[in-house]
Amino acid sequence: MNDLSVNGRTRRVDADPSTPLLYVLRDDLGLHAAKFGCGLGQCGACTVLIDDRPAFSCVVPVAACAGRAVTTVEGLGTAEAPGDVQRAFIHEQAAQCGYCIPGMIARAEAMLRRTTTPTEDEMRDAMRPSLCRCGTHMRILRAVRRAAVARGGGVIDAAEPVQ
Amino acid sequence: MPATVPVSSTQPVTKRFATRRRHLFGWALLALVAGLVLFLLWAHRPAIAEVAPPSRRAFDPADVARGRNLALVGNCVSCHQAPHGRPYAGGYGVVSPFGTIYGTNITPDPDTGIGRWSEAAFARSMREGVSRDGHHLYPAFPYDHYQRTTDADLRALYAFLMTRDPVRAEPRANDMPLPFKFRPFIAGWKLLFVRDERHRPDPRRSAEWNRGAYLGEGLAHCGGCHTPRGLLGAEKRDRAYDGGWSAGWYAPPMNARSPAVRAWTVERMEQYLRTGLSLSHAAAAGPMGAVAANLSRADPRDVRALSVYYAWWMRDAGAARREPRLIDRAAAAARAHPAGAALFAGACATCHEPGAPMMVEGRPALPLGSPLHEDHADDTVNIILHGLEPPVGRAGPYMPAYKDALTDAQVAAIVRYMRIRYGSGSEWPDLEDTVAKARERTAE
Repeated sequence: MNDLSVNGRTRRVDADPSTPLLYVLRDDLGLHAAKFGCGLGQCGACTVLIDDRPAFSCVVPVAACAGRAVTTVEGLGTAEAPGDVQRAFIHEQAAQCGYCIPGMIARAEAMLRRTTTPTEDEMRDAMRPSLCRCGTHMRILRAVRRAAVARGGGVIDAAEPVQ
Repeated sequence: MPATVPVSSTQPVTKRFATRRRHLFGWALLALVAGLVLFLLWAHRPAIAEVAPPSRRAFDPADVARGRNLALVGNCVSCHQAPHGRPYAGGYGVVSPFGTIYGTNITPDPDTGIGRWSEAAFARSMREGVSRDGHHLYPAFPYDHYQRTTDADLRALYAFLMTRDPVRAEPRANDMPLPFKFRPFIAGWKLLFVRDERHRPDPRRSAEWNRGAYLGEGLAHCGGCHTPRGLLGAEKRDRAYDGGWSAGWYAPPMNARSPAVRAWTVERMEQYLRTGLSLSHAAAAGPMGAVAANLSRADPRDVRALSVYYAWWMRDAGAARREPRLIDRAAAAARAHPAGAALFAGACATCHEPGAPMMVEGRPALPLGSPLHEDHADDTVNIILHGLEPPVGRAGPYMPAYKDALTDAQVAAIVRYMRIRYGSGSEWPDLEDTVAKARERTAE
């Protein structure tokens, strides 16, 4: 039995300690935002926040999460009341198929918790581990710039202004 | 009145002593000042006059092409390019025990680069570690190696650099505390540690070996990382290639002490240097990644020569005599470190256990790499914290960074487990501390 803090609530899960966090989130807790992409920490679709930092939940064993705060996109807002990063992604219509987007949002959220005034390079470095096969990267970057502004900051040498 | 002034009979003698001591002190001070003046005169190097920035057409294209290859072999961009910066425009910080030294702008920008440097000024900097304006350069710029470069090769390098796009980038100020800030002291350092050395071919060895020695001891300056350094930061020449440190990474021994479990043959070394991956060892990690990325674009004959030379250095290593069977003490390691075993199973096994997609592709197994056999845990810890990008081509599977996913204690638990399961040598002490320091070092 493991106690797991997810989106501010303590959840009791019965899983082998080596089980990837992603499986516990999706299969045991019914949180389906984080996606299974490659299962090898290569694509970023499974990205969640652990103690405010981005992590590939497919290669983080649940045993590594004891006493740490896990946040998924479900913890950032709802369909009725989306959070600021989600609103920015909706505004920029950053999703094509949408499979990578929860990971992208988690990654953007982690960066914005660290700084709301990143440089363009810092932002791209922060987003780099997440892949999008549809090719909406330019819209995703626009959404992240917009989210930074919404949070009172902004990308300081932005490649294009927030419209 | 006379009663209140006790007159000691020794007073005149003390006075005389005091006078003599004052004189002595005066002479000593004078000698010190004179010594300092003489030292400064001796340490002084004249400026070499500026020249009008030469036009690109002034250089022979054959020289430029040869210079490009030499710059790749010399790994110049590793220090002369900042993260996200332009090539050769400087800005990378070399962290030393004496402070941080930033690579300078060596593009031909007339104001912030070397655009007004003559070939003679360039050659003097490479041979003697003296800037065009006469100030001594810190040995983070490895002129102790570069001095071996021939005149013709220096001309080619100069031609290559002077035909790059000029980049206006003010060099970043070094972060050195006071005693080291005083540049004339570097002249004293050179006197102690730099011998005037030109490359002398060894007639008993092949042309390829000699080419490898010329490049390896010279421009490629492999000893800069792989040879240990003394208290004042100079390479210990009597312990050449015994293993050293670079940017928080342990550069393993490249002589008979090599910890590799598979022999470094010429062919394996060549594959490693040209692709960043030896299928019998591991992928190039840390500062070696950039070395392989540059060598992958260099003249293959030169990479072959370097391989011949360093395979020769490692001819008496353990694996050169007998390659041990690969070990996998899974059960013993799990008994010793059950928490480490669970973390490994969830975080590492999907790529590193036999049958994992990456292993089926033919990537080397964990016990083949040097890190788990080294005297220091730093390389293993760095790879887990920061991951590993394929240095050449930047495509294909990469090792993700775990610094945000795992705590110091969790990384330490995995490392303890892996050392027993795949490695050799005794348990590494103070692992949590090593992890915390490795995390700190790259926090900026």
